[in-house]
Formats: sequence, C-alpha cells, structure tokens
Amino acid sequence: MSGVLEVRGLSVQYATPRGPVTAVSGVDLDVGRGEFVAVVGESGCGKSTLLYAVAQLLSPPASVTAGSVLFKGHNLVTMSEKKLNVLRWRDFSVVMQSAMNALNPVRTIAAQFADAMNAHAKLSGKEIATRSEEVMRLVGIDPAHLRSYPHQLSGGMRQRAMIAMALLFTPDLVVMDEPTSALDVVAQRSLMAQIKELQRALGFAVVFVTHDMSLVSHFSDRLLVMYAGQVVETGPTRAVFDTPAHPYSRGLLDAFPSIHGPRVALTGIPGGPPDLGALPSGCRFHPRCGSALPACPSQEPALYRVGDAEARCLLHAPVPEVTP
Amino acid sequence: MTPPTLLETRGLTKHFKVGGGFSRRRLHAVDDVTMTIGRREILALVGESGSGKSTIARLLAQVYKPTGGEILFEGAPLSSMRGRRRQMAYRGDVPMVFQDPFSSLNPAYRVSHGILRGLKLHRPELARAARHEEAERVAEAVGLSAEILHRHPYELSGGQRQRVGFAQALAYRPKLILADEPVSMLDVSIRIGLMNIMTGLRDNDGVSILYITHDIASARYVSDRLMVMYGGHVMESGPTESVLTDPRHPYTRLLLSAVPDPRAPLDVAADTATTEPPPVINPVPGCRFRARCPLAVEECGRVTPELRVLGERHEVACHVA
Repeated sequence: MSGVLEVRGLSVQYATPRGPVTAVSGVDLDVGRGEFVAVVGESGCGKSTLLYAVAQLLSPPASVTAGSVLFKGHNLVTMSEKKLNVLRWRDFSVVMQSAMNALNPVRTIAAQFADAMNAHAKLSGKEIATRSEEVMRLVGIDPAHLRSYPHQLSGGMRQRAMIAMALLFTPDLVVMDEPTSALDVVAQRSLMAQIKELQRALGFAVVFVTHDMSLVSHFSDRLLVMYAGQVVETGPTRAVFDTPAHPYSRGLLDAFPSIHGPRVALTGIPGGPPDLGALPSGCRFHPRCGSALPACPSQEPALYRVGDAEARCLLHAPVPEVTP
Repeated sequence: MTPPTLLETRGLTKHFKVGGGFSRRRLHAVDDVTMTIGRREILALVGESGSGKSTIARLLAQVYKPTGGEILFEGAPLSSMRGRRRQMAYRGDVPMVFQDPFSSLNPAYRVSHGILRGLKLHRPELARAARHEEAERVAEAVGLSAEILHRHPYELSGGQRQRVGFAQALAYRPKLILADEPVSMLDVSIRIGLMNIMTGLRDNDGVSILYITHDIASARYVSDRLMVMYGGHVMESGPTESVLTDPRHPYTRLLLSAVPDPRAPLDVAADTATTEPPPVINPVPGCRFRARCPLAVEECGRVTPELRVLGERHEVACHVA
C-alpha cells in the first residue's frame, strides 16, 4: 500500500500570554491509499489541532514548529499558499465539525458548491451543475435540494451536503473533524455506513477525528489514540479495541455504556486532561493512571511495540528499561 | 414494585402551527402521551431528533401550554394552578437542566450568580449568608469545589459547566429534574461523572429525574424505566432492563442496533437507518413508524396502534410485535 500522507514528528505550538503551549508534540501519522485512520481522544488532547496542521489551516497564534507533512511526496508545511491552493479541495479536502456553522446560511447549496469549484478549477456553469448533481446523488440527497438553503435541510442532510462538497473533485484524502457529533445515534450510524461505502467506491483515504471511540470501532482500519498532544497508542483498530495496551485507551473503552452483556459499573477515567501549559513530568498520563509504576512520574515513555500495536507506556517497555 | 406517582400526564398533546398566515398545517410534536414518573425514579425518554421528547420536557416545565391533555403534579392538575406563588413553587419543584452547557450559563456573571438568584427567588426564607452556604452545599453535592463559584463560565470545562447546571437545579430542593440531553455535548469520558451524579441525586436526595436522550445505551445506566418515542407517539415503555433485553417495537430494535458498541460485531443493516423524518405535519391515522418499519402490515396504514400491556409495566404500541 503506497502512502498518501506521511506525517513525521509534527509539533504545533500556540503562542499564549503565558508563553508557548505545545498542543501537538512529535506526532507521526501514516495514511495509506484508501485507508480509514481514526484519531481519538478527549477534548483538548490536540486532535483537532493535528488535523488543522495536516490540512495547513492553522492560523496564528498556532504554528507548526517542527516536523513535516508529506502529502503524495510534497511537504505541505514548507509549501507556499499559492501552491497549497492548487492541491486543496482537488487532492485533499476537509469536512468541518459542525455543518450548521460551516455552511453559509444565506446562500443555496448549489451556490456554495459553485463557489468551491470556481475557486479551484476553470469549469463552465453546465459542468458545475452536472458535477453538483452527481455528488448530491453520491451522498443520497435528492439533487432538487441544491436549490435549498441550509436551514431547509435536516442535520443529517446538512452533514451529507458537507461531505458531498468535499467530494466535488475526487480527492485522494478527506479529513473529517467529528462530522457526526451533532447527530443522533441512528443518523450517526447511517452516515458512518455511507462514508465507508463512498470510500470503498471512490477509493479516497480518510482521517477521521472523534472523541467517541466506539463510533469508529467498525469503520476504521487503524486507530491513533491521542493524549495531551502525544500519540499514546496506535495500531490496527481491532487490536486496540480487543487488547488496549495503554491504560488511557482502556479507560476510554471502559467509559462506554454497553447495551449488550451484563450491566457493569462504568468506571471512566478520574480527573481531566492536563493543562498543556503545565504538563506533568514523566508520563503525561501518570496522575490519572490506575496502573502507574514508581518510575512513571520521572521517566518519559517512548512508543513501545505491543503485538501489532504501539503504546507509549512503561508497562510495555522492554525489560531492562523498567526501574523496579 | 411501583413507586408512588409524582407526576403524570393524561393524553398530553402539543401541536404547532407551521407555515405563515392562514396556514392550516399543524405539526403534531406530541400526540396523546400518557405517562407517569414516580418518586425517586429516573425515567429515560429516548428517541431521535424530532421525536417530541424535548417538547414533552418543555410542556412539563410550562414553557409551552399543551394543546390538549392534562399534567398532574402530586395529584393536582397544572391547568387549575392559579397565582404566582403556586407557579413559582412548581418551577422550584420541577427545574430544568439544558443540553448545551456552553450557552445555558450567562457568560457575564460568575457561576454563583445563577445559583444565588435561584435561591433568592425560590427560597426567600434564606438570609444572605445562608444562601451562600447553600450555594456551597449544592456545588459540593455535584462534585465541584466551592471555590468554583467565584469563577466565570469561560474558565470551566464542559463537564464542570454541566455540573453547575445541576447545582442550579438542586438549589431549589427540587422533586423532579427535567434533564434535556444533559450529557450529549460532553466527552464520553466525562459523561460517566454526570451520570453518576444523576443516580446519586436519586439515591441520596430522593429526586426524580426525567432523563431525555437519543442514546439508549446511556439510559441503561441511569434509568429505572424507559420510554421510547417516535414522531410524537410513545412506541414502547417499561422497566429499563426488560425493554433492553426484550425490545418488542421495531423502532426500539433499530435504536438498539444503532448504538456503536466496540465489543459487539457489526450487524446493522445500513438501509433501515434512513433519516427520513416521520410524517408529523397533519398526520393521517396509522403508525408513524410504518414507512421505516420492516414488519409493517396493511393495518399499520389505517389504525394508529394503541399501547398494549405485555408484561410487568411493559407496554408497546405496535400491531405486529
């Protein structure tokens, strides 16, 4: 599988009055052609910032301070705005979190599709109309709704329209930031199934950001669990779900109410994510961790291999590294 | 065992006018809902967006006036309630907690403002110092430190804000809290804390809660009883475990199959999960779920199914199930 996206050691800092805060630190991320990679974590763990950095949509006070984002061999970090605009939308596109806010309320869907297409290609009105109808059919909305305003569509339809918009030019990579978080479970489920089906039909790769780990369990190929700006666990989705190696991943999984099996007490993870401006020493998760070792507050763990996955946890360190 | 009834509705109905001017179109948000909430009981009201569950909460909170039917609180009908003092007493007994913790707190005031104001209005017997003490007590009851009262909402996380929402409601010494999707905007890891607060309020303070949600899995962990709504009608209701282990209505089954469960294998058919809204504008008789129902028979298009008793307090409105 040849790679579409190759992120290496990516770090993003926000300049704040208290000094720079590192929201994403040293993240590696590989996305193969047609692969579905999910990035999960609590609010404030840097997952949206990572996604914005990949799409080069950061604006001050945020900036990429280290690392590279290779998209089909081009480094997006060092690329000029002008060259980026050639790639944007045609080769990679972004679906924003809340379709309620991402669509312009005073323009029709058709007008917004036309805007996007005119900005990135020279096409005739007829070509635009044809393509707009095509993508609406792709996402299962009657093309008659192209003449609708966003407020005339239901939440699920708006979200589908956003996805249709991202597919106007058949991109190789679609980056999605919690596209389903405003929907109820039934609509959420059907949208996920549809994204997966479109992906199978059109062959684009997806980077999907969400705080709801259970949502992607059946849809993603690979999972990246983030905590406090770092990747704490990465591996094939099934492996991470079946045998979570990092205590944080296990905590996230235990937090889900299940409707199957016996009703067990939900534990969750005590406390909240750390202040990125004042990170704990050693392992960033140790203050909330139930299985912390004496070495955890002082020794910063690397990503260690655990079966098919990798976890940033001293429990999985090769034996000599663990201090008893 | 049936707890003594705190609140009940009889044939509760709410229609909204849609379209301008002389439009005759009526949106039937809630139709003929009869339900009870017992003392010290958490009733979960489950359904997708547009099923009428929030309208029920607003009817109970007296934000809307019902088009038809009656709400009885502690045996007395609300429609016969007269006088500001009675009204205020009811609002103190039945406060509401809103879905969006980011827009339901006034950003210009400190957290203590909302709590103290509620205390002043609903418990005028308390002196100033006593109000402050009470504010600290309710903050601690929802797991916040008293120090948080002096902060502004923007300094708090989503989970903390939603706890403030519950603290405000708790300050009235309520009998029933109407919680409209209180956890759906929060991170999964933070939801549990809030869910535990709800069960704690029931067990320790004897408060009843109407827990409104689209997430049937979370309902399992907090509620004693479950009521499933679709298109303004009650589809199924009963003790939570009995509805979940033995769902009878096809809509309940659809809701259950849509719940993402990392421990379960994928078995949902994506095509039953269309997002077509139910026909609630000038509806014709018949089951409102029939267009999406895999079991629909000819009768479903003619006769609106009534709730039938199946087992111990377990009722379902379906011709087939």
